[in-house]
Amino acid sequence: MKKEILKLRGVKVHFPVQAGVFNRIVGHVLAVDGVDLDIFRGEVLGLAGESGCGKTTLGKAILRLVEPTDGEVKYISQDDDETELTSLEKKDMDPFRKKLQIVFQDPHSSLNPSFTIFGSLQDPLKKFGIKSKEERRKIIGDLLEAVNMRREYMDRYPHEFSGGQRQRIGIVRALCLEPELIVCDEAVSALDVSIQAQVLKLLMQLKKEKNLTYLFITHDLSVTEYLCDRIAVMYLGRIVELCDSEDLYNNTLHPYSEALISAIPVADLDKQTKRIVLEGDVPSPVNPPKGCPFHPRCPKATDICKTEVPTLKKYSTNGNEHYASCHLIDLPEIS
Amino acid sequence: MEDKNNIALSVRDLKTFFYTNNRCNKAVNGVSFDVEKGKTLCIVGESGCGKSVTAATIMQLLPTLSRIEEGEIKFQKDDKIINIEKLEKNGKEMREIRGSDIAMIFQDPMTALNPVYTVGFQISENLKYHTNLNKKEIREKCISLLNDMGIPLPEKRVDEYPHSYSGGMRQRAMIAMAMACNPKILIADEPTTALDVTIQAQIFELMDKLKKENDTAIILITHDMGVVAELADNVAVMYMGNIVEAGTADDVLRRPTHPYTKALLESVPVLGRGKNQDINPIKGSTPDPYNRPIGCQFAPRCNWQTESCDVMPEITQINETHQVRCHKYEQFFEKYK
Repeated sequence: MKKEILKLRGVKVHFPVQAGVFNRIVGHVLAVDGVDLDIFRGEVLGLAGESGCGKTTLGKAILRLVEPTDGEVKYISQDDDETELTSLEKKDMDPFRKKLQIVFQDPHSSLNPSFTIFGSLQDPLKKFGIKSKEERRKIIGDLLEAVNMRREYMDRYPHEFSGGQRQRIGIVRALCLEPELIVCDEAVSALDVSIQAQVLKLLMQLKKEKNLTYLFITHDLSVTEYLCDRIAVMYLGRIVELCDSEDLYNNTLHPYSEALISAIPVADLDKQTKRIVLEGDVPSPVNPPKGCPFHPRCPKATDICKTEVPTLKKYSTNGNEHYASCHLIDLPEIS
Repeated sequence: MEDKNNIALSVRDLKTFFYTNNRCNKAVNGVSFDVEKGKTLCIVGESGCGKSVTAATIMQLLPTLSRIEEGEIKFQKDDKIINIEKLEKNGKEMREIRGSDIAMIFQDPMTALNPVYTVGFQISENLKYHTNLNKKEIREKCISLLNDMGIPLPEKRVDEYPHSYSGGMRQRAMIAMAMACNPKILIADEPTTALDVTIQAQIFELMDKLKKENDTAIILITHDMGVVAELADNVAVMYMGNIVEAGTADDVLRRPTHPYTKALLESVPVLGRGKNQDINPIKGSTPDPYNRPIGCQFAPRCNWQTESCDVMPEITQINETHQVRCHKYEQFFEKYK
């Protein structure tokens, strides 16, 4: 039986836009605009989309690194206790910080250059009650070995490491408190292809060993297909399609996902398909288009798309649940 | 062999070294390739393999601490053949070629445009120095270039500054700038790495069109094997300053013969192959350029390494188009027969 670890209901993150002498608020960037999402224990959920679609903001909002403007984020523990995270006091959030961790995008800027690796990594352990230095060194040393690095490396400084190694240190940082869910925010995007494969393999291996759940945020759909069980595609702060990763490629429902998939260059001469070229750029999230947010770029748009906002509806493809928000889907809706 | 007249640029045994702190980095160490008219040559490799330095060498845009050590860069201009490496960096002839005959698109459109001049001004600079058009004609040409690149309202956009352009539009403005004088060779240095896939698709469509309509030779520098499969006619794979394998896209992608090319292809997940595909990381990381392995540069990371790899392998011609730099290529090549 699949059990949820996180339940998101109507999560919104709006950033105010200020202007003028008195910094009056003249509008809002609707970075995340009403997201419902369930994350199940032990799965890898991919969150894909172009830059500016709100995927990183959503990842941070789950951990309350960015405060959600509205909506609920519920954490469900292994004993089925539900806790609403967004209404907690900062201090009460601490025990949940231990369970929810993040690996940041840029391995070059997420480590403090003036601390040794041990200096950076011991802080969370100290905070969560591991008093003896010996024990902290042992935990970090063991984890460094688990990511194929040498134990002695913990006394070195970040500049001594390459990008791939730093990213592995970032993973050790996230792992040291034995979390249940890790948000991987573009964890492999800044790495060279050969190094990227090393980190991907490592993440999969750690998932098996430690029974982790990943929310894997990336713009690279070939990586998501390889790694994820389910994929959510975001566009302008909303989820437009959510389904099993295989169904996203074989039974694409939303025209945006279709265009996104066709635009990815495939390193296989036998699999070249016709590119669907979208017109123009992603609209500004300050002033999203009326109706379906995708309609100005959509090759299939009709009149209804210009006026009515489609909601995320449930369909079935291949016997699996498949959510999509488009007016033009020709399948029976499942309640 | 190919018709000699078809070759727009021919590079032979090019060596570019960097000198810093009394040490020498052999960034490009003996590279040879030809670029044909109306064809795309893709140069692939990881960061630090020398692909961008190769491009900068052709354009003579190298920093002061580096120099072309050896080799030839032959550029065919009309019926003359010009040896670019012999020209003075900022001499009259080089400046005539740079921008008009050979143009370049840079990796990062955010930093390659000057924020204090309008986009129109930056495009027209090129036309001002390389053509005899008057002011009014230049402006019209700018507008028509922007229009060709698919920028909406070019009459208005031409007077705007780069900050009001989005990333994809800036890259298109860069291409407009590069295409202003109908260059014979277009060098694109990772033109879409900073862009989203949907914008990348737009840029590729544009480059395909230019190639077909103007018979431009394109050198495309990339690290993405997917881009190669989609755009390349010819491919050169670089590793640590050498071309390790070269040939047509068909040769290299269907019958990769160098262990590095094979490893590169196996290390990326391919869309549409699902969850059960196997990806194999390349072990280790690229060596320090100041402390290189003797002999074959890839040997320490290679699964087929033997003693013979302590000597740098020579280039072997497998068939008319396909060449490889490996001692053990036969083992691989046998498999495809």
